[in-house]
Amino acid sequence: MKHFFTLLGHEVRMLLVSPSTYIAAVAFFLLMGFTFTTILEQYSKAPQDISPASAFFDYYWFPVIFMVPLLTMKCLAEERRLGTIETLLTSPVTTVEVVLGKYAAAYLLYMLFWASSSGFFFILRRFAGDAHLIDPGPIFGGYLFIAISGLFFIAIGVFASSLSRNQSVAGIVCVVILAGFILGGQYLANAPWLDREALSPLKDAVNYAQIAQHREDFTRGVVDTRELLFYVSGTVLALIFSILSVEAKLLHS
Amino acid sequence: MSAPLPQPAIEVSHLVKNYAGVMAVNDISFTVPRGEIIGFLGPNGAGKSTTMRILTGYLPATSGQVSICGFPVATEADSVKRRVGYMPENNPLPDEMRVSEYLYFRGRLKEVARRKLGSRIDEVLELCDLKRVRHKIIGKLSKGFRQRVGIAESVLAEPPVIIMDEPTIGLDPHQILIVRDLIASLRGRMTVLISSHILPEIEMTCDRVLIINQGRIVAQGTPADLRREVLGKSAYEIEAAGDIGSLAFLLASIDPGLSVASEGPLDAQGFRTIRLTTLTLEDSGEAILRACLSEGLRVRALSREHPTLEDVFLAATRRSWDAVAEDTAKGGAK
Repeated sequence: MKHFFTLLGHEVRMLLVSPSTYIAAVAFFLLMGFTFTTILEQYSKAPQDISPASAFFDYYWFPVIFMVPLLTMKCLAEERRLGTIETLLTSPVTTVEVVLGKYAAAYLLYMLFWASSSGFFFILRRFAGDAHLIDPGPIFGGYLFIAISGLFFIAIGVFASSLSRNQSVAGIVCVVILAGFILGGQYLANAPWLDREALSPLKDAVNYAQIAQHREDFTRGVVDTRELLFYVSGTVLALIFSILSVEAKLLHS
Repeated sequence: MSAPLPQPAIEVSHLVKNYAGVMAVNDISFTVPRGEIIGFLGPNGAGKSTTMRILTGYLPATSGQVSICGFPVATEADSVKRRVGYMPENNPLPDEMRVSEYLYFRGRLKEVARRKLGSRIDEVLELCDLKRVRHKIIGKLSKGFRQRVGIAESVLAEPPVIIMDEPTIGLDPHQILIVRDLIASLRGRMTVLISSHILPEIEMTCDRVLIINQGRIVAQGTPADLRREVLGKSAYEIEAAGDIGSLAFLLASIDPGLSVASEGPLDAQGFRTIRLTTLTLEDSGEAILRACLSEGLRVRALSREHPTLEDVFLAATRRSWDAVAEDTAKGGAK
């Protein structure tokens, strides 16, 4: 792991000169800013039964679905398209270091964007004058959820990028996998055909992988280790598959 | 790494590489001593790039052994990667970085000490004549500069072995000259393996040449050795006027192998060009000239042909095509 920080620094720099990072950032702030003001308007009209932070994090999936691919689609696909992976892997670094460096760089930026969205709450607190809208519990819970689920989402993006040398293909694969997990899980949870007795193990699995449910638990302050395990094991698996994919592509190139 | 070790820089024995049933490299063996510049020649698809990629540890071999400075590539890839500077085919570079940034990043990856890296970068920039563009973005450089950035990168960590896949492709003659001088300046200090199909290039810079075709080595040695071995004959050209009927007989008395290979048509002054070939390598020009004069021929010019590496290359690759054709014919007969 000697070269991890060299690679991390390089990858962060590469992301900061890439237009897609700025597209992701602008889209993220526009969207989340708009969401936040809409929520505030609703709350100022009539009292609601959940806290505004909880309502805000209800929309977490929307930026995830476009931001993760924009940050990660380039990382391995572009290296392979340009052939720079060859110079990279013939220097004394391992594939593990390369993949982890790229992963960590994308995760850092992802978290940076989300962390800056905490400015919304700060502004509200500073100018609204009354603290009843701001409940620190759901805010912390929400950000904790974002940080932990982000590990898994970014790993999926890195994995998608390792599959193709075309970054748009990688981006689309990433969107499909993420949508499958986030929205597909929700759809399956409500699907009546899964309620049959014979399919109950499957139903259990679907319930376990309910990302929306996890988010709700986190914002309520319930941090379940089984849910943590879901994201951590998912992350590890996705990263192992990315490393294997990079190495397998060398063997069959 | 500092004291010269006795073992050769590159040792390859019985290397085989299969790509999905296609034999890219077929039982290659060679040894490169330290400090030598070796040229790797072959037509497209001969297996040059594959061999180089295996040498750098980028691709695994199907079978056979490869070791760099005594370290087997298969088991000690990390030690090998520390000792090899590699410039891949088409010289891939990240377009968004500045030249000095790129060299700094690569230097850090290649474990050049942070204190020494700055001065070392200055050195290679100077060596490759890149000082003017050190703050330019790589994507905006011309092909010649990009190529030199690639070369600078491969010598950056002062590795004992440098492997360059077609370093002069796409350069203009002036730039080729610079690159050639650069490679020649590494002679003795580093072992350099370069591949190319620009033959004069190889002939001028390399101490030894390996010709590879269809995944096999078809000839190896110094350019002079190769001429002798592959062509196995020398040729003379005479421009003479007069009756050449008895010339063949006379020539046989000088050297039994000497014979008239072809006769050109008469020109306006009554001279014709005659090509003579012989299997010996000593210069028998004087004897030929004397024989012609004694026969009453008027001689205008006599020259000994100097076969270029190109002839050697064509002859060697043709020979291997023939061998392959024979193999397949035999296979078909069975």
